[in-house]
Amino acid sequence: MRTNLFRIGVGLVATMIAAPAFAQDLTLWSWRQEDKAQYEQFISTFEAANPGITVKFETFEATNYNTILSTALAGGTGPDLMMVRAYGGMEAIASGGYLESISTETVPALAGFAPTAIAAETMRSDSKIYAVPFASQTQLVIYNKGLFDANGITEPQTWDELIAAAQKLKDAGVIPFANGTATAWQNETVLFDLTSSIMGPAFNDDLLAGKADFTDPRFVEALTKLKEVSAFFPDGFIGLDYPSAQQLFSSGMAAMFAGGSYELATFKTQNPDLDLGVFAAPGKTADDPKLVSIYYDGGYAMNAKGANKEAALKFLNYVASQEFGQAFANSLNNISTIPGVTFDNPLLQEVSELNASAIPYIFLVNFRYGEPPGSVLEQQEVAKLLGGQTTPEAAGKAITDGLAVWYEPFKK
Amino acid sequence: MRMTGRGWWITALIVPPMAFVALFIIYPIVAAFTYAFFDWQGLLRGDFIGLANFHKVLFEEPYAAWTRNAFTHNIMVFVALMVLQNGLGFFLAYALWRELPGARFHRIAVFLPVVLSTVIVGYLFKLFMHPLFGVFNISLRGIGLGGLAQPWLGQDSTALWALIIANAWHMLGFPTLVFLAGMQRIPTEMLDAVRMETQSEWVKITKIVWPLVAPSATVVFVLLFVGAFNWFELPYIMAGLDGSPYGSTDVLGLYFYRTAFGGVSSGQPNFGLGSALAVLIFVFIAAIASVITVRLRAREIQL
Repeated sequence: MRTNLFRIGVGLVATMIAAPAFAQDLTLWSWRQEDKAQYEQFISTFEAANPGITVKFETFEATNYNTILSTALAGGTGPDLMMVRAYGGMEAIASGGYLESISTETVPALAGFAPTAIAAETMRSDSKIYAVPFASQTQLVIYNKGLFDANGITEPQTWDELIAAAQKLKDAGVIPFANGTATAWQNETVLFDLTSSIMGPAFNDDLLAGKADFTDPRFVEALTKLKEVSAFFPDGFIGLDYPSAQQLFSSGMAAMFAGGSYELATFKTQNPDLDLGVFAAPGKTADDPKLVSIYYDGGYAMNAKGANKEAALKFLNYVASQEFGQAFANSLNNISTIPGVTFDNPLLQEVSELNASAIPYIFLVNFRYGEPPGSVLEQQEVAKLLGGQTTPEAAGKAITDGLAVWYEPFKK
Repeated sequence: MRMTGRGWWITALIVPPMAFVALFIIYPIVAAFTYAFFDWQGLLRGDFIGLANFHKVLFEEPYAAWTRNAFTHNIMVFVALMVLQNGLGFFLAYALWRELPGARFHRIAVFLPVVLSTVIVGYLFKLFMHPLFGVFNISLRGIGLGGLAQPWLGQDSTALWALIIANAWHMLGFPTLVFLAGMQRIPTEMLDAVRMETQSEWVKITKIVWPLVAPSATVVFVLLFVGAFNWFELPYIMAGLDGSPYGSTDVLGLYFYRTAFGGVSSGQPNFGLGSALAVLIFVFIAAIASVITVRLRAREIQL
């Protein structure tokens, strides 16, 4: 009798100790409410391959996601796994010590990722990687193939051809570019959509090496060209907000939209009949490399204080795998960062090919780590430039001087 | 002193609401005050740093320039709305009170926009001022004044005024109604007595009506002051969090929100600086509003 009781006791204790190993419940937090169905699909694939681990997908409103996440982590109620932003947004969370750092030892697939993708999820202060990057966004020019064909226009190979094409469309009564800049951040996107090739491939490296600042002739030239091409934006475009600009393009009233690869899905939803094309805005001559501008959206990270870190790490390895990347690209129509992924959607395939020659989306990638943020300065100065309140030279100087408050290399 | 049964009852009834007020009103206000004295790393509270946050928002660039810019706009908004909203409201109330033809209809019509939510009004005016399809520009082009068509919300010379006009249209009915109520309290004997003396409407307004609606004026002036310095919804909807274009519609409310919670393109949320701004705005509004109230109360006449 006594031995029986003892056995039952031992059995119970053993079960209690082993219980977490049998049922490992993970939670994954995200701001992508619209992708919930697809994520449920990814998760069931993962659960099928890893019996005993369950993952619960929970979403929060995008604009307040970082606030909600950091509050939860600070209060000790954070999730095991979470989507985090890239660059400064990731650092805000990682610098609190809430994220487990990963490496090519714990997640071997990271070795194949593009260095720029890894850099987006690496904290600058300790050079450690904190998340598996998931998607990149590309700034380029989107065009309406039907309107191009109807007006006998092909993708321009030089800046002059771009201007000539815009003029031809304008003469034909079509709005050449749909863009409006009343929404502040559109002042940043249009510059990189249209003038990355004018800035050239070396400008960003020179900036970071301290050999150039924003008074550099390449940047001033880019601003000058943007001002020139803005003559082909709609009447009163400085008062035109972002949603109206999207509507002008998707309704077929405008032939081109200088925007991000994230617009493609929106345009398809707004008008499924649109035949879309993409190109990188050209440089001055046909020999100049045609560049797009690229940045990373965010990544998957794990909680440093989570209860099931082993299972969480398995999940991170899964989201770094090519199998996941392919499913991600096919079902979410996003440019996966995982190498070797191919795209069903020919437009995305083209975007991923354009990504091969790209410069970073400079102000987001390098200059959002202090106050005033480079993006805010750039947006204000470009808005002034397009509104006729400043010159390209003065704008470049104002951006440089503004950044000099906190960016050491610009301090004189 | 021994507690009687009645005393227990009173205590039992008073303590819960007091606790409620302390927990949900006093505590958050005090907490917001204390936040301003700490160094914040995003949402992580750091060391006690005294008045450094206040010094930063008031005297250190770039914050000082942003604070001055936003504050100047708040003052402009206050002055402009004082004329457009309260001034016009007074004369409209007078016209309604004098029972001009159609007064019954207009009494409702003037108040109707006040019922609309700010979100709807902001969105409507944004559409009205659309550079391509907006009713403003289309009307101007229609009457052959196409040259006057503007991207109203896109240029620094017109953007803030566009917001002020939208706000005045929205809220005009409120001061009108308050003034009208004040006017209806004026005794008829007094008006009859004036009518024996003069026929001039101007004399009636300046010597009789205006002094006698002083209590109404106190209410609408103080509320406008508080409203103008807490202005947030309309600029947020029509101009965005950054006060586009390039800060020309930035006001303290937007600036506080951006600083405390971070904007689309800005850096990290900073609760310390945000709270310092909030405390400054609160102290400023409380101080000036008290002065205005005391001064305006002094000129009120007991009927």
